[in-house]
Amino acid sequence: MCSYIVEKVALYGSAKGLSDWKTVDTAHVYFDHPYHAPLDHALGIDFINQANGGKDRIAVELSAETARELVKAITAALDRGEMEHAGLNQY
Amino acid sequence: MSYLGMVTEIVPFTAHNGDKGQANYARPTTKEKVGGVVLIHHMPGWDDWIQEAARKIAHYGFACIAPDLYFREGPCSPDDAAARARAKGGVSDEQVMGDVAGAMAFLRAQANSNGKVAVMGFCSGGRQTYLAASTLEHVDAAVDCWGGRVIVEDPADITPARPVAPIEFSAGIKSPLLGIFGNDDPNPSPKQVNETEAVLKKLGKTYEFHRYDGAGHGFFAVDRPAFRVEQAKAAWEKVIDFLDRTIGPRARFS
Repeated sequence: MCSYIVEKVALYGSAKGLSDWKTVDTAHVYFDHPYHAPLDHALGIDFINQANGGKDRIAVELSAETARELVKAITAALDRGEMEHAGLNQY
Repeated sequence: MSYLGMVTEIVPFTAHNGDKGQANYARPTTKEKVGGVVLIHHMPGWDDWIQEAARKIAHYGFACIAPDLYFREGPCSPDDAAARARAKGGVSDEQVMGDVAGAMAFLRAQANSNGKVAVMGFCSGGRQTYLAASTLEHVDAAVDCWGGRVIVEDPADITPARPVAPIEFSAGIKSPLLGIFGNDDPNPSPKQVNETEAVLKKLGKTYEFHRYDGAGHGFFAVDRPAFRVEQAKAAWEKVIDFLDRTIGPRARFS
């Protein structure tokens, strides 16, 4: 079915499209029929710069399974990275 | 048989509030008068699928206009327009009904028109088709393909953009209605389809509902896993036959 759910989260950072880096301050996250991915439903994320009008986006469409793996990978990378940069991991 | 000659192009049309919209207009290259179909896209917007479907309807001998319901978000690519519309909570029912009415007027204004116009849509467009059949004048036929939220069970689905449950307006349906549904679809579920049919039956409406086992939501979509070749072929035949009887006769190659 077509869903109307959009989760919005404020971000601080940058994202790169085909050629240029852009400041991004917001992500729109949804789960619906994708535009391009050959899936019935996909997890979509639009990275935008709302402060700059929010019209341009850098987008991904992911299967539910791989999106959940991405969530785990983000959490794992953050956990390890924050520990290392805090000097808590001594090898 | 299908009609083999076709012209398809992007055309301007007068949409809701007099806004200048854009649409894909596909029609057979026959000199006969033909019926027209307003084809309403689903939430992802004016995508390749809806353009293919418009051409398919023309291929079977009807004029078809597929309006871009997100044109106000542009100029931009259809996928970006869909993303912008989604971020705003989707387009309003009122605006969509105005756009559909404008597209219907476009079809009737063409020299090839036999004066009859159907409305057809997929998914959210199926819901909007049901609403159009219930609330717009001069709809000669309607084809609802798996429109969800015709019956609203979750109060959260009533929003400023979609303030009504279309089922509440069923008494206003004046045209024959064709419904195409997959029995594995959770929205509309088989229970909801049965409830919709019960309402139509009680009101004495002219309708045909076709339900397909082994098919879920969006089973016409050839580029998605939901595609079911046998069910889709059978259901397309129902659609073309229904349109032939209600807004036809369709152009045939001979």
